[in-house]
Amino acid sequence: MATASETPHIALTLRDHLPILQVLIPLCTAPLIVLLGDRRVAWGLAFLAALLSLVVSFLLMMQVMDGSFISYHLGGWAPPIGIEYRIDAANAFVLLLISLTATLVLPFALRSVADEIPARSHTLFYACFTLVLTGLLGVVATGDAFNVFVFLEISSLATYVLVSQGLYRDKRALSAAYDYLIMGTIGATFFVIGIGFLYMTTGTLNMADMAERLAGQGSNRTVQAAFAFIVVGMGLKVAIYPLHLWLPAAYNYAPSAVTVFLAATSTKAAVYVLLRFMFSVFQPEFVFDTNLLLWILAPFALLAMFAASLIAVFQTNFKRMLAYSSIAQIGYMLLGISLFSVTGLSATMVHLFNHGITKAALFMAVGALVLRSGTTFYDRIEGMGRVMPLTGAAVVLGGLSLIGVPGTAGFISKWVLVQAAFEADLWWIALLIVASSLLAVIYMWRVVEILYLHTPHPEAIHKEAPLSMVIPMWIAAGACVWFGIDTSLTMGAANTAATGLMGGTDGMALTPTVGGLLGNGQ
Amino acid sequence: MDTNTLIFLALLLPVLAMFGNMVFARQDNLRDGFTFVCAILTFGAVLGVLGNLGNSTSEEIVLVEMLPGLQIALQVEPLGLMFALVASGLWIVTHIYGLGYMRGNKEKHHARFFACFSVAISAAIGIAFSANLLTLFLFYEVLTVSTYPLVAHKGTPEAIRGARTYLGVLIGTSIALFLTAIIWTYTLAGTLDFAPGGILQGKVEGLLVPVLLGLFAFGIGKAALMPFHRWLPAAMVAPTPVSALLHAVAVVKAGVFTMLKVGVYTFGIDFLADTGASDWLMWIAAYTILASSIVAYQQDNLKRRLAYSTVSQLSYVTLGLALATQMGVMGGALQIAMHAMGKITLFMCAGAIYVATHKSNISEMKGLGRSMPFTYIAFLIGALSIIGLPPLGGSWSKWLLMVGAADADHQIMIGVLMASSLLSLSYLLPVVAQGFFSTSPDNPYNGIKEAPAFCYIPPVFTAIGCVILFLYAGTLVEFLTPVLEEAQ
Repeated sequence: MATASETPHIALTLRDHLPILQVLIPLCTAPLIVLLGDRRVAWGLAFLAALLSLVVSFLLMMQVMDGSFISYHLGGWAPPIGIEYRIDAANAFVLLLISLTATLVLPFALRSVADEIPARSHTLFYACFTLVLTGLLGVVATGDAFNVFVFLEISSLATYVLVSQGLYRDKRALSAAYDYLIMGTIGATFFVIGIGFLYMTTGTLNMADMAERLAGQGSNRTVQAAFAFIVVGMGLKVAIYPLHLWLPAAYNYAPSAVTVFLAATSTKAAVYVLLRFMFSVFQPEFVFDTNLLLWILAPFALLAMFAASLIAVFQTNFKRMLAYSSIAQIGYMLLGISLFSVTGLSATMVHLFNHGITKAALFMAVGALVLRSGTTFYDRIEGMGRVMPLTGAAVVLGGLSLIGVPGTAGFISKWVLVQAAFEADLWWIALLIVASSLLAVIYMWRVVEILYLHTPHPEAIHKEAPLSMVIPMWIAAGACVWFGIDTSLTMGAANTAATGLMGGTDGMALTPTVGGLLGNGQ
Repeated sequence: MDTNTLIFLALLLPVLAMFGNMVFARQDNLRDGFTFVCAILTFGAVLGVLGNLGNSTSEEIVLVEMLPGLQIALQVEPLGLMFALVASGLWIVTHIYGLGYMRGNKEKHHARFFACFSVAISAAIGIAFSANLLTLFLFYEVLTVSTYPLVAHKGTPEAIRGARTYLGVLIGTSIALFLTAIIWTYTLAGTLDFAPGGILQGKVEGLLVPVLLGLFAFGIGKAALMPFHRWLPAAMVAPTPVSALLHAVAVVKAGVFTMLKVGVYTFGIDFLADTGASDWLMWIAAYTILASSIVAYQQDNLKRRLAYSTVSQLSYVTLGLALATQMGVMGGALQIAMHAMGKITLFMCAGAIYVATHKSNISEMKGLGRSMPFTYIAFLIGALSIIGLPPLGGSWSKWLLMVGAADADHQIMIGVLMASSLLSLSYLLPVVAQGFFSTSPDNPYNGIKEAPAFCYIPPVFTAIGCVILFLYAGTLVEFLTPVLEEAQ
């Protein structure tokens, strides 16, 4: 690929526009779906958009795997005046996770949504779904702080609608969506206040530019306040333990397909934003000086790992149990950040991905169980593993990955995280990590026993889920095993991302290293 | 065929048997015949590896690089080869026995049962041929998970409870302690390969050595060191073939085998001896040996009695390692084979009695010996081997362990071993004595005959194996000597 320095004037190919296409494709699809107004076309378009963004994110990933980054100048306006999209290993990896999940969820959603939502809402459902996808991809791809907020709101607003669609199964979906709306809005407001403070101090909204201007401003109270607002605001979106209250209800009452998508992507995108602000905008030195990580973030992470896991143990509803397990697993990601090392961040990045696919597989199995038994309460899904062997086996595989049994993706995350703890000489944290995964053994095995060691409930439909659900479920479950054995993609990307993040920002990229330029001197 | 192909065959043939069980789930004879052929071929493959051992250097086969610098890799070495031989050889015997037992006892879900059984065997062979701790841990956990459905097989509340304890203890210890120890070792040594003389020498010192050893010793829950032994009696709710092959041979021997591997190839015997890090482990092992013998003595349920006897006998291996002398380790290694042959005999006899009479308590077995002479004679031979009397295999391992204890200047351990022999005499022989010599006044067992031939011929066969092992122990010792020489 030619760079700016070699050829001053090059024609822009489609390939150079990949960063914006990533966001643009789903963004344009959403109104198109509404305009065409046919529910079959709606699904087709949504799937096409997801598939295209998967291709785009894969191509982007290939370009940045070597540790370089792509800087794309929106509309040819040079940053910091114009908006910059900046793709490096960290966000390409998350983009891949998001678009991959979307592509898997949509085929699954076809039957699941038809079962759970009346036909008249389908068109709007897929439009909203595409908007969520747009928002999440945008949040991750952009290099502009205010842009992050805008996309965050796009995805959040659409998500509230999607969660509320669970009302046809259970009216409580409405209050769940409302809770999420309130909490999400508070989070977004905090976040935008933080950005406002930063803008006040630096006069710029471009993240790389901000980083340069913030260097050495560590003692500035406004900057410190901005940091606090951003961490708490994003903390709400991430569902850091005491800020998690919206999550269980939202996951539980949302339609199955929505839960799959949210669980695998939305908190992960938020974790990414947190990372990006901590390490690229504020720079590692600032974060280190504030001593935030080990003494503030780590306790909350540990609290999440134990408290949320314990709550999960006592649930009587499979879906709700998995929601609490998600909160606990987010604890692992935060713990990786708080260890403040390349290995720790690698653990966070790789767990982000591994947990995403694990939860995707599990929540898809939940969706299949809902289709056949109507609910996910333990007493109603008893023995379903016997009549739905493929779904049951997917639960077992996903569960093993959640526990972190070797040969599964979850094991890799745990390995790297424990290794990071040992490297930091924090052996007690290593012990706490493994101890908390024992709680996962308890809550997952309870479900396995229920699925296999009872006779099926007479009112349930004794039939395996349709192939359109089983195949995506097994792709996710197979990925749990694949990425547990061959980790060259996941660990490679996570390591590159972590090294990049720990290295701080590369500053304003007026002469970007790869592929970039775009718009400069046109 | 070259060694690599044979190792893959030994690993994959049991997996093929699993698929066979799933495909032919409803054709009983075809399915069981297929598994039988796979079992024989698996044993043949392992024998082939043995035959190749002399004429080709054993090199590492890297399957996949799991994390940078951490590979899933296989390698042949004598200790592992012996374990693989024991597991795959006894699989054939147990499969025949299992057919008789499952059909004679009218158990359900045969296909699932034999499928899980095959996976467990594959995992055991994987453990035997692992080239590093990571690979070993992978197969170790596969073995745990694949045996869980076997323990829960009956689906009764009792079976579910037992299976829960089984999984809880095994997964719990392995993830909380074993995994921690492995990652810690990796952080210290930068490698997990099994290397002659160990990899930790000079990397860790002081109090941390016994702590690390403790994480390993208790983390390897399959070695059933007290207080993490409860899973083994709990697993006795499984059908007897499972107790026989898995809980007397494959699973528990995987535990003590791992213990020996870690001791010899991760720490190194000399390192352990120099630092004295394993002294405390010796006492724990001695305690386990005696305490579980006493518990065994109090059990009326035959299988539970045998289970506690296994807990006791497993700690012989741990003791052998903890002595940190060459003879001790050799005794421990021999004990893997000797105890396997003896204990599988006892379990198969217990199962045969159950199939014939549906009795599982010893107090109800009076006078059965006269109706079931083959079963009881096999039991007697197995029992004598466990006790450690010549001319049976068990005597050699006990002898070497005592020599090892003397070498290490821990004479008190000789006393422990002798006391344990006496205790096992007192809890095993009454079963036989009752069978032959006591009669209840109104003997209700007049109509009792031997169990089906499939059930009583395999134990007779393994009982003869105990005698053969006594005669050929020298060959086995010679075969295993390289393990110790490398450690120099």
